[in-house]
Amino acid sequence: MYYGELSGLKLGAATRDAFGDALKDLGAKHPEVVVVDADVGNSTRTEPFMKAFPERSFNVGIAESNMVSVASGLASCGKTAVCSSFATFLLSNAFDQLRMSVAFPKMNVKFVGSHSGISIGEDGPSQMGIEDVSLACSLPGVKVIVPSDAVQTAAATAAMLADHGPIYLRTGRSKVAILYPNGCDFQIGKSIQLRDGSDVTIIANGLMVAAALDAATELAKSGVSARVIDMHTIKPIDEEAIAKAARETQRIVVVEEHLMHGGLGSVVATVVARTVPVPMAFVNVGDCFAESGDPQGLLDKYGLNPAAVVAAVQSVLR
Amino acid sequence: MAVSIEELQAKAKLLRKHIIRMTTAAGSGHPSSSLSAVEMITALYFGGFMKYRPEEPHWVARDRFILSKGHAVPALYAAMAEAGYFTVEATMSLRKLGSIFEGHPNMARMPGIEASTGSLGQGLSIGLGQALGMRLDKLDSRVFVMTGDGELDEGQVWEAAAAAGKFKPGNLTLIVDQNGYQQTGATKDVLDMRPIADKFEAFGWHTQVVNGNCQANAVAALTIATNIKDRPTCIVSQTQKGFGILPLLEAEGDLNYHGKPLSPALAEKAIAFLGD
Repeated sequence: MYYGELSGLKLGAATRDAFGDALKDLGAKHPEVVVVDADVGNSTRTEPFMKAFPERSFNVGIAESNMVSVASGLASCGKTAVCSSFATFLLSNAFDQLRMSVAFPKMNVKFVGSHSGISIGEDGPSQMGIEDVSLACSLPGVKVIVPSDAVQTAAATAAMLADHGPIYLRTGRSKVAILYPNGCDFQIGKSIQLRDGSDVTIIANGLMVAAALDAATELAKSGVSARVIDMHTIKPIDEEAIAKAARETQRIVVVEEHLMHGGLGSVVATVVARTVPVPMAFVNVGDCFAESGDPQGLLDKYGLNPAAVVAAVQSVLR
Repeated sequence: MAVSIEELQAKAKLLRKHIIRMTTAAGSGHPSSSLSAVEMITALYFGGFMKYRPEEPHWVARDRFILSKGHAVPALYAAMAEAGYFTVEATMSLRKLGSIFEGHPNMARMPGIEASTGSLGQGLSIGLGQALGMRLDKLDSRVFVMTGDGELDEGQVWEAAAAAGKFKPGNLTLIVDQNGYQQTGATKDVLDMRPIADKFEAFGWHTQVVNGNCQANAVAALTIATNIKDRPTCIVSQTQKGFGILPLLEAEGDLNYHGKPLSPALAEKAIAFLGD
C-alpha cells in the first residue's frame, strides 16, 4: 500500500532521487552551480552531480556548519551554491550558519534537506527531520519549498536554481505517488489545486498530498466534497488560494509530516485568522519525537494517514 | 614596497584615533578589541597586500578581507574610511539608528564588507568558500580572514581549518589576532587553545608567529604569506588588547577593557597620548 494508490495514482521515485537527477541535469546548463556536501551526498543525492562535475563539488567532511558557511563564501563569488544534508542535521546543526552566513547577507545558497519526516522509518528519531520547516520558515527572507512528487521536485529544483536568494528545499526518502505529468508548471509561492470540493479544503504538502487525495476519495463515498490543495511552498505562502478556500469551503484541514508548531499548519492558520476565519483542524506529528519502525507502521501510529485526515475533516464538519 | 613602515605607522595611529572617537561617540562598542588588530589591518589596506577599488567595491578581481571577529569592526570602518570607501566623519554615526555603520559588519548594507559576522567562528569557513570560488574562476585574488584567539574556541574554526588543509587554497590567509583576552578573562584561563600555530601546521597550513603590533613585523609576515601559493597560510599575530593606549587602560585597572567605550574624558586623554 502507498499513499495515492486508492486514488488511482502510480508509485514514482522518492523526491530526493528526483532532486539529485534534476540537479545533475541542470548542472550541465548552469556552470555557476556548485555543490558542497557534508559526506552524505549518496544519501541526499547530490552524488550524481558531484560525479559529473568534480571540479565544482566540495565534500567538506561531516561538518554541516562549515558546509553552510563555505557555500555562503562560494555564493558571494557569484556561484549558485547548493548544500545538503539530512534535514535535521542541516537545519538543527547548522542553524546559526544558515542565519548568519546565508539568510542575513541574503546569499544565493540553496540548502536541501533530505530524510524529512517520520517516514524514513527504521533509523529512528535522531535522523528524522520534523522541525526543519519551522526553523527554515523562521529565517527572514528564506523561501521554503516542500514538493510532493518526483515530477514536481524536478520542476522545483529548476525553479530554485533560477531564483536568486536563499531557499530551503525539503526532500524525502520514501517513494511517493506521481501526481503530476512531466513538464508540469511550477511556480514558487503558487499552490496547486488537485481536486475541487465545496465542503472542506485539505491543504497538504510533501508525502501527505497523496494521503489527502486518498482521504478525499474516501470522503466522497459518504457524500463529503473535499478540495485538495498542494501547498508546495510554505514561504512565501499562497494567501490568495487559502483565503479563497476558506471563503468557498468554510473549513480547512492542514496536513503535514512535521511537528505541530511552526510548520505548514501554523503558517496557514495565520493566513486564515487574518483573512477569512473559519474552523480548522490539523494533522501532523504533534509535539513529540517518534521512534524506530517500519515507515507505514510509524505513519499509522503517529496519525499521518488518510484515516486520520478523514477524522480531522469530520471534526470540522460537525 | 611603495609605502614605508613610517607611513604605515602614521596611518595606524590615525586608525587608532578614529576607533576611539567613533566608539566614544557611539557610547558602546569594543575599542580595545579593535586596537589590537590595527597594525595588521593597516598593512593589509595600505601596505600593498590587497587590491581593491573603493569606487567599485564589487570589482570581481578584488582581494577580500573578512573580519570574523566582527566586534572589532571600528578598526575596519577606520581603515575603509582612510581607503576612501566613505568619509571619516560618516563613521561617527557608528551604532546609531539608520546608520550603515552597524555594531558588527553587515555586508547587506555596506558595500566593501565581505562577510556579515558577529556570531563568532564563521569567517574562516566563508573565506574558504571565497578562496575556492576565486580558484574556480581562475582569479589571481586572495582572501584574508581575521579571527580573534578567543574565537578559536568555536569548533567551526577547526572544521574550516581541516577542510582548508584538504583543498589547499593557496589564496587563503588567516590572521589570528592573538590579543590574549576574551570576554570574561584571559584566553589562557578561559580556554587555552595554545599552541595555535602547531594546530594549523598539523592541518597542513603554513604558519608564522609574529609580533602583530610591530608594523614592520606585520608587513614581513604578510609578505611571506602572500608568496605562498600551494597551501593556506596562518599568521598568529601576537598582539595586546588596547595596544597604543595600554598605560591608560592599566591606570583604569582593566587591561581587558572588553566591550566598553572610553569615556569622553578618557578618550581625549587617549588621543593626546597617541600624539601627532
